[in-house]
Amino acid sequence: MLPRSMRTKSFVLTVLLLSVIPIASVADGTQAADSIERGRELAFDRRKGNCLACHAIDGGDLAGNYGPPLLLMKSRFPDRDVLRAQIWDASVRLPSTRMPPYGRHRILTEDEIDLVVDFILSL
Amino acid sequence: MKSLNLKTLLIVCACVALLAGVVQADPETERQTMVDYFQKKFPNVELAEFANGIYAFDENAREQWIEIEDFPPYEIAIEDGEAFFNTPFANGRGYADCFENGGIAVRQNYPYFDSSKGEVITLEFAINQCRQDSGEQPLPWMTGELAAISAYMSFTSRGNPIDVQISNDDSGALAAYAAGKQLYFTRRGQLNFACSHCHVQSAGLALRADPLSTTLGQATHWPVYRFKWGEIGTLHKRFKECSEQVRAQPFEAQSAEWRNLEFYLTYMSNGLEINGPASRR
Ligand code: HEC
Ligand code: HEC
Repeated sequence: MLPRSMRTKSFVLTVLLLSVIPIASVADGTQAADSIERGRELAFDRRKGNCLACHAIDGGDLAGNYGPPLLLMKSRFPDRDVLRAQIWDASVRLPSTRMPPYGRHRILTEDEIDLVVDFILSL
Repeated sequence: MKSLNLKTLLIVCACVALLAGVVQADPETERQTMVDYFQKKFPNVELAEFANGIYAFDENAREQWIEIEDFPPYEIAIEDGEAFFNTPFANGRGYADCFENGGIAVRQNYPYFDSSKGEVITLEFAINQCRQDSGEQPLPWMTGELAAISAYMSFTSRGNPIDVQISNDDSGALAAYAAGKQLYFTRRGQLNFACSHCHVQSAGLALRADPLSTTLGQATHWPVYRFKWGEIGTLHKRFKECSEQVRAQPFEAQSAEWRNLEFYLTYMSNGLEINGPASRR
């Protein structure tokens, strides 16, 4: 058995830890939810990603079928970097691509692309 | 040593000639390839139907369009165009004096390559040329009076098969055709698309709710009353819209570049009937 003072200390520590972890993870969760939401706005905005012009995406109206529907993206893109590269410049993987090079032609900023990637991975 | 050099040179020459032969455009073969490609892609669409753009294959849009054609929104433009066409210039001459057959039923022969001038002459270009030859001011290219005159001239040409001539020994015409073709297949703009990405590979697919028309038939029916424009506009107005859509700097209407593009595009529709003016949503 630990001396009383130690016991109190470890109790306090445990309480602290227990209380901090959930707070931290809730904060992480809202942050993630927040970036997914911002990513969605960028993806749907006609003057930004305008992804719906070409892709059916859950939650979006009036989608085109110029490109494949975007669903089950986490299983199709287990490597986040591969997905980011597709959006940054699809012609690297497929020279004959019919998708705009969002990064290379600065259609979106690097930060905006990260947010869109967060959103796409949530699909 | 010397003979070896000569031999190498001869081989090089032969190779260059061979390459040139391959690279040199043969418009008729290329047109046939384009026709085959779309007939395979749309096996249920009859060849003549391609002149109707997206209405050739989009059933919903087609129904609406047929209803609209009962009261065509371009009718006023045809009437206005006829009146403009028949109003003499200040010097007493008129449009009829500038064209074969008095300008009636001639649209199927445009654009053509004028060897003496070394450039492509589109119908709209010829209309303004006609005015300037009589000391009149040229008209704006994309809408208004010029588009109306063009609509009237198309109307008198309805049903005539497009007959753009390119002789295989007319190097000027071949070069203009090749330049137009290159423009159609070259990526441009911030979005980095060529015309062909949308109208060859993706024809029939939809951007948002807009199905994409095929290269074949894109030049048969101009000018067009487009509901989005709320007026009648020429082919080069559409070129401008598509350029802006991919955030590319458009060329000028009736620039050499776009006259070459129209030359290529119209050649691809050779044999299809003139059915302008037309309505598009
Ligand atoms: C103008 C058309 C167009 C737009 C706009 C567009 N895409 Fe695409 N996209 C395509 C096409 C076509 C493909 C198919 C492969 C190719 O051509 O590169 C594709 C492929 C993809 C793929 C790969 C899918 C797979 O399963 O391999 C992803 C991911 C993707 N797009 C995401 C996006 C996102 C995110 C946006 C918006 C920021 C977007 N796209 C905007 C046309 C488009
Ligand atoms: C990103 C896609 C895209 C690109 C690239 C594009 N267009 Fe279009 N184009 C469209 C859409 C959408 C329409 C309207 C639907 C239709 O009729 O095809 C259209 C319509 C047209 C029409 C009218 C068709 C008709 O039946 O009246 C012509 C002609 C045309 N485009 C030519 C071009 C040319 C030439 C280029 C290249 C300079 C080009 N387009 C590039 C999307 C595109």
